[in-house]
Amino acid sequence: MGVEQKLGNMGVVTTTLETMVNWSRTNAMWPMLFGLACCAIEMMSAQASSYDMSRFGMELMRASPRQSDLMIVAGRVSKKMGPVLRRLYDQMPEPKWVIAMGDCASCGGVFNNYAIYQGVDEVVPVDVYVAGCPPRPEALIHGVLTVHEKVKGEKFKDLAKS
Amino acid sequence: MSQIEEVSIEKFKHLVSARALTGETMLLNMGPQHPSTHGVLRLLLELDGEIVVNCIPDIGYLHTGIEKNMEAKTYQKAEVMTDRLDYMNTMGNNLAYVMAVEKLVDLDVPARAQGLRVILTELQRIASHLVWLGTSGLDLAAMSMFLYCFREREQILDIFELVSGQRMMTTYFRPGGVWRDVPVEFEKAVRDFIKIFPKRIDEYESLLTKNPLFIDRMVDIGHLSKEVALQYGVTGPSLRASGVNWDLRKARPYCGYEQYDFNVPTRTEGDTYARYLVRIDELRESLKIVEQALNKLPLGPVRSENRKFVPPPRSEIGVSMEALIHHFKLWTEGFPAPKASVYSAVESPRGELGLMLEGDGGPKPLRVHLRTPSFDNLGVLSQIVKGHLVADLVAILASIDIVLGDIDR
Amino acid sequence: MDKNLEPIVKNIQEKFGAALEEFREEAHLFLKPEQIVDALTLLRDESNFELLSALTATDYWPQTAPRFHVIYQLTSLEKNLSLQIRVPVNGDSPKVPTVTGIYASANWRERELLDMFGIEVEGHPDPRRILMPEDHEGHPLRKDYPLGYEEPQFSFNYDEIDLRKPYAKE
Repeated sequence: MGVEQKLGNMGVVTTTLETMVNWSRTNAMWPMLFGLACCAIEMMSAQASSYDMSRFGMELMRASPRQSDLMIVAGRVSKKMGPVLRRLYDQMPEPKWVIAMGDCASCGGVFNNYAIYQGVDEVVPVDVYVAGCPPRPEALIHGVLTVHEKVKGEKFKDLAKS
Repeated sequence: MSQIEEVSIEKFKHLVSARALTGETMLLNMGPQHPSTHGVLRLLLELDGEIVVNCIPDIGYLHTGIEKNMEAKTYQKAEVMTDRLDYMNTMGNNLAYVMAVEKLVDLDVPARAQGLRVILTELQRIASHLVWLGTSGLDLAAMSMFLYCFREREQILDIFELVSGQRMMTTYFRPGGVWRDVPVEFEKAVRDFIKIFPKRIDEYESLLTKNPLFIDRMVDIGHLSKEVALQYGVTGPSLRASGVNWDLRKARPYCGYEQYDFNVPTRTEGDTYARYLVRIDELRESLKIVEQALNKLPLGPVRSENRKFVPPPRSEIGVSMEALIHHFKLWTEGFPAPKASVYSAVESPRGELGLMLEGDGGPKPLRVHLRTPSFDNLGVLSQIVKGHLVADLVAILASIDIVLGDIDR
Repeated sequence: MDKNLEPIVKNIQEKFGAALEEFREEAHLFLKPEQIVDALTLLRDESNFELLSALTATDYWPQTAPRFHVIYQLTSLEKNLSLQIRVPVNGDSPKVPTVTGIYASANWRERELLDMFGIEVEGHPDPRRILMPEDHEGHPLRKDYPLGYEEPQFSFNYDEIDLRKPYAKE
């Protein structure tokens, strides 16, 4: 099924280190098991039988931020939760990515009021925004694949600069 | 952004035992990010070894300002907020809200709309209990339950999508009826579900009910007596598992629940296992109601003809000047409600979901208070976990079925 | 009003001189803050109101006397009745006595009253904020507290808001 059938028993693959590292990062991305509100239920649906996110190497949700490299902010972030969210983000090891799932996490959604951050990008830097209230599991999977695209395009020299 | 406050014993001196002050017992923080707190709940535990001496819940990590925000919207537009309150029970929240509005302005609802409301809220109850069953199975290391339960839940969500266009945030019930009539495929979809679901409940039961590991973790854990439950305002399945036969669908029938023949499952043990059995029985009873309501579903209009409160159908707007005026008036200005207050309650999957709605004579509510069942149900947690192991705390928390959106509002 | 509720309401009216309002078959009794503990004890012990369904308040700002109504929604499971009790309190230093001794569920609800409306609860065992952060200023559900609206970002004003939006750093 894999590359060995196409190439035969050659035993050698040439590629750049960059491609290799980025490829391996995309195929074993561990999200943090961290649900906030309504979107968390759709995130669970995406994990469950009908949608099955493990097709993208993501069946393993880690409860500890120190073992995960993708944070899916699933739901609205309140003023009381903001500092906690930031601490969780700081505890994640580099490299790390953030998906703002749903309208509330992206821009505050319908809750334009005193209690909710108008977008989680005021708390943590966001890589991909997923629209919807809540987004369908397909939309979340699309968001995840968009992160994968972003990771595949990362250059070592950019990382070294920052 | 404010910083996280460090937990100091000074602040909780009046809540912990004297042994904590001398350092004999340990204070442990659990949450707000923890896989088994079912959301962003923080529990401060005082532990003697592995035994819980005191449990101090800290809520508010999902406080959304829903009550305040609803005061800033007209009666029609405020409804979208109720969906996002208790996100496992969106149809039920809509129902509580539209019933309060209907009571406040004295609006009639056609029989077909009432039937549809019953079918959809009962399906929602099943979906909510399925999420509870799946996640509490997950907490007690029965991983496959989660996958089985979400398989059936998808089928219910497909029905919701069919009628409202959305899987979760439906806003399908509107003051005076429902948004639109259901499509023709609706009946078949519900009948398919009724056909397969009893076998699926048996499947869940064969996995859990007699499973010795499951019984060991649940029987005699988290005992909640009738008196304590009432003192702490516990309602819903948790109260019924403690031997109180109180269900608003039976006690104060709304939406024509009096026409349907169903039982209210009750148990007297009051432990975690009893709460599990009550909910499993409720799955069957809800399915019975869905079937009866579908058989009895009358034909006819699905929205009230009272144009002062209910927007006219699209087809009328093109031909009737009056309908056009009503349409504009209702969607720009809204309808005025009397200067009075009503309290209306429905039975949500978690208990009594009450809505206190107060009008000030204008198109916006003066005050909306949501009496959410999880808020009171969580309040009793600190009483029932005392003396149990930390691992049992997870089982107890799962068994009272809290939703943080419901608590923090 | 329900027939079974009438004697109970009458009893409270005679004992405490409470005013009665009715709307859509719901009974609302008006009591003074100092009477509430006695009235709730009486209702629980003699009239089987075992459940305190809700405890909240309404703010009638800019009206100041009374500015708030503290609302106690009672349910009797045995008799299947509901009764609402309202306690008007003034805007300057609003205060009600605690009812946690009668209904334990009042504990959290009274903390919410303190947090959201700034109504002081005398004798409360645990007077901390419940929903908002500890260091939060103001009481959100008061009418003079702003909703906190922020301008939404659309395509026509994207750049303008983008400049002043406080984005988080790595």
